[in-house]
Amino acid sequence: MSPAVPLPAAPLLELRDLDVSFRTEGGWLRAVQGLSFTLGAGETLAIVGESGSGKSVSALSVMRLIPDPPGKITGGDILYQGQSLLGFSERQMRQLRGNDISMIFQEPMTSLNPVLSIGQQIGEAIRLHQGADRPEARARALDMLRLVQIPEAEKRLDAYPHALSGGMRQRVMIAMALACGPRILIADEPTTALDVTIQAQVLDLMRDLKDRTKAAILLITHDLGVVAEMAERVIVIYAGRKVEEGPVRDLLRCPRHPYTRGLLGAVPRLGASLKAEKAGRLLEIPGTVPRLDQPIIGCAFAPRCAYAVDRCHRERPPLEARDPGHLAACWRAHEMEPL
Amino acid sequence: MLAYAIRRLLATIPVMVIVAIIVFSLLYLTPGDPAAVLAGEQATADDIARLRLALGLDDPFLVRFGHWVAGVLRGDLGTSVFSNRPVLDLIVQRLEPTVALTAASLFIAVLIAVPLGVVAAWQSGRIIDRLAMGFAVLGFSMPVFVLSYLLIMLLSVEWNVLPVQGYVPIAYGFWPWATHLLLPALSLGIVNAALIARITRASMLEILGQDYIRTARAKGLSAPAILIRHALKNAAVPIITVIGISFALLISGVVVTETVFNIPGMGRLVVDAILRRDYPVIQGIILIFSMAYVLINLLVDLSYGLFDPRIRY
Ligand SMILES: Nc1ncnc2c1ncn2[C@@H]1O[C@H](COP(=O)(O)OP(=O)(O)OP(=O)(O)O)[C@@H](O)[C@H]1O
Ligand SMILES: [Mg+2]
Repeated sequence: MSPAVPLPAAPLLELRDLDVSFRTEGGWLRAVQGLSFTLGAGETLAIVGESGSGKSVSALSVMRLIPDPPGKITGGDILYQGQSLLGFSERQMRQLRGNDISMIFQEPMTSLNPVLSIGQQIGEAIRLHQGADRPEARARALDMLRLVQIPEAEKRLDAYPHALSGGMRQRVMIAMALACGPRILIADEPTTALDVTIQAQVLDLMRDLKDRTKAAILLITHDLGVVAEMAERVIVIYAGRKVEEGPVRDLLRCPRHPYTRGLLGAVPRLGASLKAEKAGRLLEIPGTVPRLDQPIIGCAFAPRCAYAVDRCHRERPPLEARDPGHLAACWRAHEMEPL
Repeated sequence: MLAYAIRRLLATIPVMVIVAIIVFSLLYLTPGDPAAVLAGEQATADDIARLRLALGLDDPFLVRFGHWVAGVLRGDLGTSVFSNRPVLDLIVQRLEPTVALTAASLFIAVLIAVPLGVVAAWQSGRIIDRLAMGFAVLGFSMPVFVLSYLLIMLLSVEWNVLPVQGYVPIAYGFWPWATHLLLPALSLGIVNAALIARITRASMLEILGQDYIRTARAKGLSAPAILIRHALKNAAVPIITVIGISFALLISGVVVTETVFNIPGMGRLVVDAILRRDYPVIQGIILIFSMAYVLINLLVDLSYGLFDPRIRY
């Protein structure tokens, strides 16, 4: 008797055709449209896109923390270990948040509660999810502070956030997020608000912790240097839609979507500074992001695209595989040369 | 902290001096002759003149003010021209009902207002919020005496569960004291609750939009933990401040409430004193009320540090 063929294990996290909209004065604003991706155990997936493209909204919907009203998940599904999170009760979600799935935010200066001590804020999740008593939680919080390499950790335990620098606060945020050993860590631009040198330190720390904790990371960033260093796969979103996805090396070597190429500075532009192009940061593309509260016909990027042809303005290109695992939604993707 | 407290206490002295000057001059300037009141209907002009001399009413303003302040500093608020007894004694006698009524009203106000404001902010824009704020507007725009009479009609006359009026000192037992106090304290408390609830809601709404509330939710905390532990503590400073301010409202409310419920407190004392033009008593009571207000607000300032570690003295 031959053993049954094992079913491929469900991915740790899967988004299927997710739609998220916000009710605004001008009608429904479609912040995320038909977004799909998977995140495997221990994997690091980067999400890249311009401001307003829907990165934070996607991340928050995984936690079911979209402010409602005005926001709503209007379609699709979110699966955690094969289970639909949209079917979870608020109580079930609370058991997941901070325990199975944690999140760190962009603004370390405002993301910590100013009137609770660092120790209290880290210990809180440990007490809640692991039933630890106060002294236990305190001891664990201290361990976490040491893990994120905060100097004089013992003293910091009773300090309040205002006494800490931005970099230290972001370390505290990381300690807080990792306190219960989550399987998924969502990091929404964790270094954007920090000085360049501090950025590098925090990234080093994250890379180090990633190896130690084996948590899967959903990394939202503006910085393609960060993507290259941290992630295995990357998805690029524009106006709430995924326009390209692929293994980091592939995608950076040969971006198939003009938007991605624009972000990389690979498209010649009037008045572009050559220095910026070498810096590895997302570059500014001329033109503006389309309004999301109005229907978009054709490719959303077409009005800003140097490669756009007639068809781009009429028909929206489907996401199609170009190389194994490398998808792009562009009518002219096949014409794109490696950089 | 102690140094700050002492500094703040010293800083209240000029305030109190100004209060004293205003209190004294107001009564000096108001028409009406206490000597005439005191002397009675049958008195001749001569009688009144003699009385004025005896009371020092003919002395120049500054001399009279000096006498009065010197007395106040010795703890002597003067003598009632009506009953001829020391003002301080009269006030001390009437202190208990007023302190009990004020404290109970404040307690009831906070007990109603803070949860109401918190829930309204949490449910902002929904039906519970609208109901809560509707109640607050109603409470705020309703004069104390109207509410008092409504409550008396309902709880005392209709249902007969509480005594209609009067005051029983706590020395005669907690239960009679509490049942007599409940109705007036409720009337006064509800009116004050309205203001505190609105500020609580506004303050909470602002805090609930902060990034750290999102962090707290991302930890998996429940709504009560987020509202109380994370939000209310941050919202506390404006709430405590308005509680201090509402104390002024409470004082004017006490005068009305004591009259409506026939409570022999300082509010009644001052009303009677005004009718009799008993200046020393009026001055004494206003001074005491002002001091209480200043002290309460000093305590409020000092309490900020308990809620917000960023505030250091
Ligand atoms: N609470 C909200 N109410 C209304 N619209 C919202 C709300 N939150 C987000 N949006 C809209 O959703 C869209 C996507 O926003 P999102 O915050 O996900 O962008 P982002 O990619 O994270 O940008 P950034 O790089 O600036 O953080 C934007 O158009 C934004 O205006
Ligand atoms: Mg964002």
